Amino acid sequence: MSTSRSSQAPPVLDVEAVRKDFPIFETGVAYLDSANTAQRPRQVVQAVEEYFTTYNANILRAAYALSETATARFEAAREKVRAFLNATSSREVVFTRGTTEGINLVAYAWGRQYVQPGDLLVCTVMEHHSNLVPWQILAAERGARLEFVDIDDQGRLRQDQFQRLLEQGPRLVAFTQVSNTLGTITPYREMTAAAKAAGATVLIDGAQGAPHLGFDVQEVGCDFYAFSGHKLCGPTGIGVLWGRRELLESMPPFLSGGEMIKAVFLDHTDYADLPHKFEAGTQAIAEAIGLGAAIDYLNGIGFEAIRAHEAEITGYAYEALSEIEGLRIFGPPPGPDRLGVLSFDLEGVHPHDVATILDRHGVCVRSGHNCTMPLLQRLDVPATTRASSYLYTTRDEIDRLVAALHEVKRIFAR
Amino acid sequence: MADDQFYREYILDHYRNPRNFGRLEKPDISHEEYNPLCGDLVGMDFRIEDGVIADVRFHGRGCAISQASASLMTERLKGMPLEEARKISKEDVLEELGIEISPARLKCALLSLKVLKVGAYGLANVDEEEFE
Repeated sequence: MSTSRSSQAPPVLDVEAVRKDFPIFETGVAYLDSANTAQRPRQVVQAVEEYFTTYNANILRAAYALSETATARFEAAREKVRAFLNATSSREVVFTRGTTEGINLVAYAWGRQYVQPGDLLVCTVMEHHSNLVPWQILAAERGARLEFVDIDDQGRLRQDQFQRLLEQGPRLVAFTQVSNTLGTITPYREMTAAAKAAGATVLIDGAQGAPHLGFDVQEVGCDFYAFSGHKLCGPTGIGVLWGRRELLESMPPFLSGGEMIKAVFLDHTDYADLPHKFEAGTQAIAEAIGLGAAIDYLNGIGFEAIRAHEAEITGYAYEALSEIEGLRIFGPPPGPDRLGVLSFDLEGVHPHDVATILDRHGVCVRSGHNCTMPLLQRLDVPATTRASSYLYTTRDEIDRLVAALHEVKRIFAR
Repeated sequence: MADDQFYREYILDHYRNPRNFGRLEKPDISHEEYNPLCGDLVGMDFRIEDGVIADVRFHGRGCAISQASASLMTERLKGMPLEEARKISKEDVLEELGIEISPARLKCALLSLKVLKVGAYGLANVDEEEFE
């Protein structure tokens, strides 16, 4: 990540030029579901295709040029991730299938090594199921206690409650960088500093944050950070777990078998060095290379420009949606601690019916619980409709959303 | 298909004014099912007399399709021999709804059928694929 230059005007993103990189928009669809999965630019598709068509081979285990090229490109992608996260070493960058696998890796390998009966694990009510269920399972298995930080009326984490939980000396604090339902950007720097001061190990779920804000592991100072490629314009089936080296070294493997070994004997195995110790089996080679291309692509546009564009679109969308009678938006108002994830309730119409009618107008949104059932229970709604934006989202797409929502109202008012 | 044809008048009518909505005091059969995709809930209470569904009530929450489908189902079931009710098929339910259901919404439309089948037969005897 480049250093912030808040005193200068942010660079401007040319959204029409950006959209030309994304073939999907030729279909004419209004895509407002990037919090679910992002679209892919040609550059990523080409990088994946280039691997399959010009140097397709397995990595790390063959002595011919094709395999050496594949290995070099695969490891170059890891280096791109290292730079993206500003990690000190690429050995700390473990490829996974996605955020879910990264968190499960920590819950399994770190959790079973470090969590003792009676330990406190701290999580929040706004977590995606992937940063909640693994801790439930770990807590039940190890006899640990799992507590949740609540939200306030605007969908921000209750810092007073967090502080009180920290006073109890938790073993682990796991929370999200950005809520995938509320759009809230958590005060992750401050929360990490406080949790570290309280002696906790800190894991941050970057699935929603990394694509929009990037992340600097040294600046934040957490212990684990997980994110997914597909929400960041990369392919599906690839993600990253970054972990502090000494922690990763001290943890047992997660998955075991091929590629994660140095030597195997009938009675024992010497494990490979980092990061390969945590990369069992043939890796998602094309996908990792595609992720590297996605990072290059986003860096080329610049995260400052992306953030500025999204802030503009979010403000526009928030205002347009707020003008619809009977529509209630969840989460904080537009501002420095909010991303373009707008979950809302339209009075008297179930989100599935909303989404069905929007789909008939070529507008893609998410409807349902967004994999945050405890949060929706907290908000006391069974489901939400969620419109989310990214670097390619236009005002026109928001206008189409609003027009289609008026159509929903017309149909249900008959 | 226009939106108005999908969300037809009678579908919206059953959604807004569900028939046989509520609970029975001492049901002979009572069963609830969730649609895990969206959290839709449909439950049904049955009173059985001489093998005939003498009374039925449904409760729940969810989209227009799942709730209208349940409402329509109760109208059909009242007074029907249980044996006959067990024969109601996926096709019967979709035909009664009378609209084209996309794959993503099929589970919503068939949730009430699942409640009926699991309630009347028990889960072990029901083929899950019938509701997908």
